[in-house]
Amino acid sequence: MSRFWTRAQPVAAIALVLSVIGIPLWLVVVTAAKSQGEALNPDLSLPQHWQLLENLRQVWVDGEVPAAFFGSLLVVVPTVALLLTFGSMAAWVLARRATRLNAVLYALGISGIVLPPAVVTVVLLLRQLGLAGSAIGMIGVYTGIYLSTVIFFVTGFVRTIPPALEEAAQIDGAGPFMVFWRIVLPLLRPVLATATILICLYVWNDVFYAFFVVGGRLDTLPLNLFRVASAGLYLNNWHLIFAYVLLMSLPLVVVLAVAQRKIISGITGGAVK
Amino acid sequence: MPVTSAAVRERSPVRPLPAPDTPRRNTVKRQTHPMWFLAPAFAILLVFFFLPTLFNFVYAFTDWSGFKSSINPTGFDNFTQLASDGTLLRAVRITLVYAVLVALFQNLFGFGLAVLLERDNTLNRVARIFFLVPVLMSALAVGYIFQALLKPQGSLNHLLGIDYAWLGDTTWTIVVVAVIHAWKWMGLSMLIYLAGLKTIPEDLIEAARIDGASRARAFWSIRFPLLAPAVTFNVATALLGSMNGFDIVQATTGGGPARTTEILNIFIYRTFGQGLFAQATAMSLVLFLLVALLAFPVIRTLRRREAVL
Repeated sequence: MSRFWTRAQPVAAIALVLSVIGIPLWLVVVTAAKSQGEALNPDLSLPQHWQLLENLRQVWVDGEVPAAFFGSLLVVVPTVALLLTFGSMAAWVLARRATRLNAVLYALGISGIVLPPAVVTVVLLLRQLGLAGSAIGMIGVYTGIYLSTVIFFVTGFVRTIPPALEEAAQIDGAGPFMVFWRIVLPLLRPVLATATILICLYVWNDVFYAFFVVGGRLDTLPLNLFRVASAGLYLNNWHLIFAYVLLMSLPLVVVLAVAQRKIISGITGGAVK
Repeated sequence: MPVTSAAVRERSPVRPLPAPDTPRRNTVKRQTHPMWFLAPAFAILLVFFFLPTLFNFVYAFTDWSGFKSSINPTGFDNFTQLASDGTLLRAVRITLVYAVLVALFQNLFGFGLAVLLERDNTLNRVARIFFLVPVLMSALAVGYIFQALLKPQGSLNHLLGIDYAWLGDTTWTIVVVAVIHAWKWMGLSMLIYLAGLKTIPEDLIEAARIDGASRARAFWSIRFPLLAPAVTFNVATALLGSMNGFDIVQATTGGGPARTTEILNIFIYRTFGQGLFAQATAMSLVLFLLVALLAFPVIRTLRRREAVL
């Protein structure tokens, strides 16, 4: 049994990777390199004539990739910054001052982990605030949705840090902001890395909330993929859809290849200690 | 900030010296950990999360729509209308079926992968990274890939030598879409199961083996029960996460065929697009209540296993 397993395991692992992950990814690459006629019915055959670069160039223009890329960045970067700063500020006090009020606030603060956001009425609210369709509105909505996740992870982490370091700084006369900025925040680096990875994953790929809040007003990568695909499915432009998929996924795959160890420990670090 | 009354009950579990609840300590705490640190986060939560949720409970009972500017209360009209044509029950049922199927498949796949790729060697490490690629990819992109793969004249039918409309079956397509959802997220479950397997000390299994347990017996009787916390976490996140799902269903079937895969968020998106804002809000409220109802038992179970989180 054991010897059989040692022999069969590598074979099974390789076969599984090739079939379960390899086939879908192969389909993307070969279809993205085909002409429209050849890609009409996407299959696993190699393109007769590679025109990957031409297809990429075409979606770059048609799908307005540069605008979408900057739109995505415009939303993701401030969202992450706000979440990490405000989330860890709140989590620090919630973890250190165990009052009954704070227990209630904590429960409210993390409720958004499971409760679905009210996507329809948030549009109405943004209209009343004059933020409808704006990047600021989108950033606010994402921050509201994912603050729960950050507060949950960071509060749990702060509880494991002994308060002696903070006390030393307090005795030296540092105010709360100084203590937080100079002592606490640097100690939070591992959990903030986890939170950043998760938030980037969610926000970068989100299309559902973006539909409601900024649909048609601001380009983001997933929104433009949807636009290209909705037009493309009608016109059977599979080569362009997959060229776009390739363009959009490439940065993430590169990040994964470079920082895989960090990402893996980041993702699991949050769930299981 | 209403600090004073609550701060009196201050407990300090971390500090070794028992100096409980003296007013002086609370003054110190108030200075060292001021409540205004909570203000920005809770202001954002209030405006962008709690207020819209509260609005859900108001606008679900109005005739808010894209066709007129006035908004009038209509009582339970939206709900009776949704219930009378069967939409409400069907959407709730489809959402629940979808969530259960996703939780089931995602955990089966993730667990299987974790067991298969458990040993730390180069091959397994590389294989794990490959299974993480779908986790990082956009769900929309995953949906389009599978739409192409599963077309009646698509590659899968070609490989299998059959002619089946995977995404056009009114009974089984929901299962197919749930498998696709599970395919995207199985890498995440795998990582969490792997981390869980690592926490189990080797000598426990050794002891069982010395006592004469077979490999299979040692696995199922000792390691598997010790994985319970990872199972709870994975099942809870898959279940509650897929109830709020949208992208994969939208990109593969768009809710079809014959609306048999129309989960709540697809319905909300579609009716919102038609300008029927009040109906969309009513369904959004239904989703909220459904998740809240299911979340409480799930969270209680999670908290009981607080050691994991």
